[in-house]
Amino acid sequence: MNMETNLERRKALKTGASFGLLAVLGAFGLLKSGAAMAEWNKAAFSSKTMEDALSAMGMSSPEDGAASIQLTVPEIAENGAVVPVTVASTLPNVEQISIFVDKNPNVMAANFVLPAGTEGMVTTRVKMGKTANIVAVVKADGKYYRTAKEVKVTAGGCGG
Amino acid sequence: MDMNRREFLQLLAIASAGGFLLKNGESYAAGGATHLYDLPKFGNVSLLHITDTHAQLNPIFFREPEINLGVGAMSGKPPHLVGNALLKHFGVKPGTAEAYAYSSLNYVEAAQTFGKVGGFAHLATLVKQIRASRPGALLLDGGDTWQGTGQAMWANGQDMIDACLELGVDVMTMHWECTYGAERIKQAEEGALQGKMDVVAQNVKTTDFGDPVFKPYVIKEMNGVLVAIIGQAFPYSTIANPRYFVPEWSYGIQEENLQLVIDEARKKGAQVVVLLSHNGMDVDLKVASRVNGLDAILGGHTHDGIPAPIAVKNSGGTTLVTNAGSNGKFLGVLDFEVKAGKVADFRYKLLPVFSNLLAADKSMSALMQKHRAPYESKLSEKLATTDGLLYRRGNFNGSFDQLILDALMKEKDAPIAFSPGFRWGTSLLPGSAITMEDVLNQTAITYPYTTLTEMSGAQIKTILEDVCDNLFNPDPYYQQGGDMVRVGGLEYTCEPNAKMGGRIQDMRLDGKLLDAGKTYKVAGWAPVSEAARDKGGEPIWDLVARHLRAEKVVKVTTPNVPKLKGVAGNPGMV
Repeated sequence: MNMETNLERRKALKTGASFGLLAVLGAFGLLKSGAAMAEWNKAAFSSKTMEDALSAMGMSSPEDGAASIQLTVPEIAENGAVVPVTVASTLPNVEQISIFVDKNPNVMAANFVLPAGTEGMVTTRVKMGKTANIVAVVKADGKYYRTAKEVKVTAGGCGG
Repeated sequence: MDMNRREFLQLLAIASAGGFLLKNGESYAAGGATHLYDLPKFGNVSLLHITDTHAQLNPIFFREPEINLGVGAMSGKPPHLVGNALLKHFGVKPGTAEAYAYSSLNYVEAAQTFGKVGGFAHLATLVKQIRASRPGALLLDGGDTWQGTGQAMWANGQDMIDACLELGVDVMTMHWECTYGAERIKQAEEGALQGKMDVVAQNVKTTDFGDPVFKPYVIKEMNGVLVAIIGQAFPYSTIANPRYFVPEWSYGIQEENLQLVIDEARKKGAQVVVLLSHNGMDVDLKVASRVNGLDAILGGHTHDGIPAPIAVKNSGGTTLVTNAGSNGKFLGVLDFEVKAGKVADFRYKLLPVFSNLLAADKSMSALMQKHRAPYESKLSEKLATTDGLLYRRGNFNGSFDQLILDALMKEKDAPIAFSPGFRWGTSLLPGSAITMEDVLNQTAITYPYTTLTEMSGAQIKTILEDVCDNLFNPDPYYQQGGDMVRVGGLEYTCEPNAKMGGRIQDMRLDGKLLDAGKTYKVAGWAPVSEAARDKGGEPIWDLVARHLRAEKVVKVTTPNVPKLKGVAGNPGMV
């Protein structure tokens, strides 16, 4: 599996309590070193809007994936610096899973390229500055599917 | 007016004979309240439910809200009905003891007539009475039990742990318990509660690997029927309260996991499956519509005293949703008739605990006295007298909160003050002494620091919008269940049905519009950040007590509430 990630996410993983993911992936040899990584899509990872990011990824008009993608995120983030995201799909031949946060300064958070035969499921953490939609785009059998859920980032307090 | 049980029964007899007339001419026909507790036995599985008692061991007054607005699809539906709209919806006769328990109508007169509510010694008598006709009935506690009084805070919740063991609670879940810290909860679970009471929560996991922190559910047996009790802790303990108390635990609603747990419990042979929930009623109603296999959700958190369950349809059938009020005022009794391996019928009654109508249980009283003794002199210190009704509950402000805001503004020399929109906190009748205990009943938390912060007009607006969205987001999964932050000094308009960012309007200080770029001094308390904890700050109860000692007599004024826009005719307000 090749994994691209942006700086925001890298920072979040380093500062948050979620170092576990990288450590586990590393231990099993799933993360390849820099040279082997898929070509860095600079245009997509530096896009400021969803439209730009989708178009840079060549996925401008994905189909509705509400029924075929299970996107698991908290309704309200416990810690905006490390928001857990799980994307799973029952679609056959999942090739790629991309995660976006539509109100982040750089909207694209992660892109996972899955080798043939891999289960269509990834889990990671993203950093969020404010309430936004987390968007998942799954590429399966050459077609793109999209679903989204709102995650609220709140100042907290005053409950109960 | 305090009266003993005999006097109260006499009063009810007079009332049912001819109607008890008060000064204002309102009739308090007590409508068979003497038979209130003769609940006919039904079915073969009985669940007794208490929730959100907030450590109120003694009888208290608790005024229900006169405003509890529902927005979007929740508008005009329970629990967003108050006063006559609520009584009418549930067929409760106005002027009766039950109307007093469920509404704020003619509160002072009704309180003087029917007296205090709750108290664990009285509750214990009621539980024993109901259990006598339902041997093996399970007693479930929805949480917010260990917090709410000075005594519970100083005792680290031990008084409540002992009282619940004495009461015979079988299963509990949690919210404010978490503000004593993760270690304290686990220590109790593995110590005093071990083998006696199960702590359940399907939605609490470790932050690292997502391992369960508590048993997600337990299966108990009653009359040969297997009953699964699944726990649902308050989903936002790390957001609404300081995260540092439970830094390694993660919460959330966890709907998908809940469905897995229900399915597992059914597979193990459970014929009745219920969720003991601290979600809050709006969230529970949504959960009930989206997961299947639950016979009932016994809910709390939002402190809604709802006389009858709401039946919610979902893909698996129907789920009953209840909410059992707060402060020890009510005992929920849910009877199921289980036939051929599934629930065939049910009965539900939310019994108000009228302290004058139930004798105090002797062993519970003794236990309570033992726990109170070390703190008695501290708690009973008289600080001032109030000339009017002091209460908290309501969407925007209460007279007790106004008193706290006034104290904050004066003592901190700030033109604006914020006080959290908690829904616990008891009421005091006009002419009552205000003791240290009463102040602690509004303020006893483990992060009581008072603060003085310089905030720009824009920041103030952001905070108000943020809290307002936690209350009025049209999707209940994005709500946190408290009320609006109480605001002193600052006047504003609130449009609950507007979108986030547009609800708070026309903010004015001394008649002048707030300047987004200008800085204002804002006093407050109960900060959730670690930085605020490390900074310290005088506990709020000491500040309020100092203010009260100087005031001597509190002149109760109308609380500062926002002008409301777009909610005219909403049955969620009187």
